[in-house]
Amino acid sequence: MSAGPENRKEPSLGALVLAEGGEFAPPGVEQFFFPPIVGGITKPMVLAVFALLICVTFYLVATRNLKVVPSKFQFAAESVYDLCRNKIARDQIGSADFRPFVPLILALFSFILVNNIFGILPMIYFPTLSHIGYALAMSLFVVYPVYHIAGIRKHGIGRYLKYQLFPAGVPAPVYILLTPIEFFTKFVANPLTLAIRVFAAMLAGHLLLLVFTLGGEYLLFEASAALKPVSLISWAFVIVITFLEALVLVIQAYVFAVLSASYIGAALAEEH
Amino acid sequence: MMKAFVLASAGEPNPILPHPSEIVLGLISFLVLLFVLWKYAVPRFEKLYEERVETIEGGIERAEKAQAEAEQARQRYNSQLGEARTEAAKIRDDARLEGERIREELRAEAEAEAARIVANGDAQLQARRAQIVAELRSELGRNSIDLASRIVGESLEDEARRRGTVDRFLADLDAAGATN
Repeated sequence: MSAGPENRKEPSLGALVLAEGGEFAPPGVEQFFFPPIVGGITKPMVLAVFALLICVTFYLVATRNLKVVPSKFQFAAESVYDLCRNKIARDQIGSADFRPFVPLILALFSFILVNNIFGILPMIYFPTLSHIGYALAMSLFVVYPVYHIAGIRKHGIGRYLKYQLFPAGVPAPVYILLTPIEFFTKFVANPLTLAIRVFAAMLAGHLLLLVFTLGGEYLLFEASAALKPVSLISWAFVIVITFLEALVLVIQAYVFAVLSASYIGAALAEEH
Repeated sequence: MMKAFVLASAGEPNPILPHPSEIVLGLISFLVLLFVLWKYAVPRFEKLYEERVETIEGGIERAEKAQAEAEQARQRYNSQLGEARTEAAKIRDDARLEGERIREELRAEAEAEAARIVANGDAQLQARRAQIVAELRSELGRNSIDLASRIVGESLEDEARRRGTVDRFLADLDAAGATN
């Protein structure tokens, strides 16, 4: 819980000032926008690059000398690979076409997972994806073009649009309703919801942690003597919520990878 | 720092609006990672998977081959055993026949030998008997004459008489022996 000390002290200082009037200022989204460290470089930028280095190092070291009978470390790396390859990519895309997409799914899952873990990692304590730009980079600029291009390359643009916008097995009049919905889902909503889902979860989860941390601090320093012990309850909740966050951040990484794979699978399929 | 906080309160940043710099950085980081995984990690994992499949399937194949070989060896062994059994039976049969033949031969030989020995003995016996008879005859003749001479007190010089008497006696003796 040792979140960037100066950042967390700061609102409490602000609260201290306000406390003259007895007011608690809850932390808001401004908590997520620190001034740049140097020049235009901000904390999430550093973290994104850091996550990249961690993932690259992990996979290069883990796959440097693979054995048929794995060591413990290799087994761990293989478990992640196996999850992405078989449980996510193959199940969602189908065993015929999934192979080219395995690196993408593995990269999505690993990169998002590491960035999310930063959200509960002491000393770092900031989820990169609470800035929507990083989520959009992957959903709008990688997953979105990938699934459309994959569909068009497999079926040709005409048949691809037909499969996507006019799903088979539906009475003709229903297309009046269905086609606009399908178009909106496939071409507008999918990449946005994909990004917003992980971004919102990370922002909200981290905000929750901040509220309880700063609330406890405020109670300890500003509240009347009788209320001071309540801050302990507040901090106990921080621990509970941290565990919850640990669960959520893995799930979000998993969901992002699964949905990306399922969009690719839907684009390659001939019917839904 | 205080100023930043106050400023933030005044004009709150909108978290929904992405910063282009973050999109670019996020995209570059992700693409670098994707490239590394696509180029290095995934092919290595796939190669490992293939090797593992090969190892396991190869093991099964080897086991099947070994089993087939064992089965073949068993059949060969069984057929050889069968052959050996028939051969043994044949050898036994041959041996029995041979044994019988040898026994038959030996018996025939023994019988022949026995017959020969008996015949031989018979002949010897006959010869001896004849010899004895002849000896006895001459002895008896001499003794008889001798005795008769003593009894009679005179020498039976007369050859003709003597011969007639003795011969008659001997013929009587023969006749007596024959009737006995």
